[in-house]
Amino acid sequence: MKERIIKWFFTVLAFASLVFLVGIIIVLFKEGMPIFKTVSVQEFLFGKSWYPTFVPAEFGILPLLLASLWVSMGAMLICVPLGVGSALYLNEIASPRQKSLLKPLVEILASIPSIVYGFFGMVILAPFLQDLLHLPIGLCAFTASLVLGIMATPTVCSIAEDALSYVPRAFKEASFAVGANRWQTLVKVTIPAAGSGISTAIILGMSRAIGETMTVLMVAGGAAAIPRSFFDPVRPMTAAIASEMGEAPMGGEHYHALFAIALILFLITFVFNIIAEIASRRYRIKLGLSG
Amino acid sequence: MKQLNKLLMIAFIAASFAFPCYASKIIMEGSTTVLPIAQRAAEVYMDNNRGVDISVRGGGSSVGIASLIDGTCDIADASRAIKSSELEKAISNGQDPVAHVVAMDGIAVIVNPSNKFSALSKKEVKAIFTGQISDWSQLGKGSGKIVAISRDSASGTYEAFGELVLEKQKPRADALLQASNQAVAQTVARTPGAIGYVGLGYVNSSVKALEIDGVMPSRETVLAGTYPVGRPLFMYTNGKPQGEIKDFMDFIKSAQGQEIAEGEGFVGLK
Repeated sequence: MKERIIKWFFTVLAFASLVFLVGIIIVLFKEGMPIFKTVSVQEFLFGKSWYPTFVPAEFGILPLLLASLWVSMGAMLICVPLGVGSALYLNEIASPRQKSLLKPLVEILASIPSIVYGFFGMVILAPFLQDLLHLPIGLCAFTASLVLGIMATPTVCSIAEDALSYVPRAFKEASFAVGANRWQTLVKVTIPAAGSGISTAIILGMSRAIGETMTVLMVAGGAAAIPRSFFDPVRPMTAAIASEMGEAPMGGEHYHALFAIALILFLITFVFNIIAEIASRRYRIKLGLSG
Repeated sequence: MKQLNKLLMIAFIAASFAFPCYASKIIMEGSTTVLPIAQRAAEVYMDNNRGVDISVRGGGSSVGIASLIDGTCDIADASRAIKSSELEKAISNGQDPVAHVVAMDGIAVIVNPSNKFSALSKKEVKAIFTGQISDWSQLGKGSGKIVAISRDSASGTYEAFGELVLEKQKPRADALLQASNQAVAQTVARTPGAIGYVGLGYVNSSVKALEIDGVMPSRETVLAGTYPVGRPLFMYTNGKPQGEIKDFMDFIKSAQGQEIAEGEGFVGLK
């Protein structure tokens, strides 16, 4: 009897997150879809102007969509070399003592609240870059990419490092046995073996960057114009939702439009996560671990 | 188990004695422009009247008025008059918003101190903020890209600026949106090519306020109505204020209350 209760209890717990997920999806669709009565999906996705409070309102999210993509792509350019590079160092070169110091440090980077990163970007990095590069304004896509890149580095590093450490010792020993040096082993054996694990790390880092809100709200500048250069101020989707939700009258067009943005954001990260999942499955099968 | 229940009960009763209920609680919410007046007035009023608890929140005029309509605040601070759509919603909710002008505010157009301009016409400011002019050289002096800095669209200052200066034209899409008056002033102070707008109370020595149509934004010009970018600031109550809310509103309109508004950089009515 007792055992059955406990079993049920944990079953409920396990399914709780499924319930939350389904609930969130339902709310996103229910609150987001009504906007498509006013604008078509095409106008919404590819419309070039976002004037939600103007009369007549315009709900084209292309500038916001592009802003999110630019900023996350920029962040990837920073966090992939940094994250994967430090994972390789930790796994291949670092002495156990170094590793026991460095790995927790990288993980601390992940635990810093995003508003602290945002503050750092706004108060220190943006004015610095503005002076250094003679920019018209330091709050721009480039600065946001830089800060997001630093923020996503621990995610990439720690997942990539896990992937590398799962590569069986036998693989490397076999490689050394046929006379390959360390570099050849790394490039031809270890990295390909951990490849899909590393791509999982990169995709999850990307999904973290695209969903990040506070930092881009503070650092990206907030201009809802289609970015023409990396040094233009931009307004990523998350920043638009965060700064506009407070004013949007509940049940109005603007409100539904913001939910529709959230829906699109959710779909993007959802696709990323599925790809990451598929990649990591393939990786486990390749190494002969349980699929 | 029983004992634990008893203990909890005792703790609960003790707690309800330990935290005395205030005689009355007033909740104010709304415009960040009116916020400094509301906050300071509330502090002084609470010092003089023990037992009154006034909580003051920002959020923007729209948020404040929405809360008044929902009945979740007693006084809504607003830097613009209530919209007809909001009034309709309030009436259908059984509320009756009453406006009180508590001070005057001028919106100053500010530039970086290094900027060569010290005066612009309202038309030029409009041309800058609607995107027709994007480089300082187009105005005849200086050079470099104009960085237009605006308040985010939830702000009453944004709406007032849109009505007073842009005459309801679309603001440029590439204007940077900042969440507060201070943030606008700070960004302008740090950015040589920047132009922004803030409530008169937020002009400080780190930025330069421009003459508009030949009139310097100041107490006198705003009150006289000669400065073209001025506006009244409101507090809305639900119906004619009564009891503690009435006393507080009377206090804000009194000489002492207006002194507070002046002290925060606004223009008092007396």
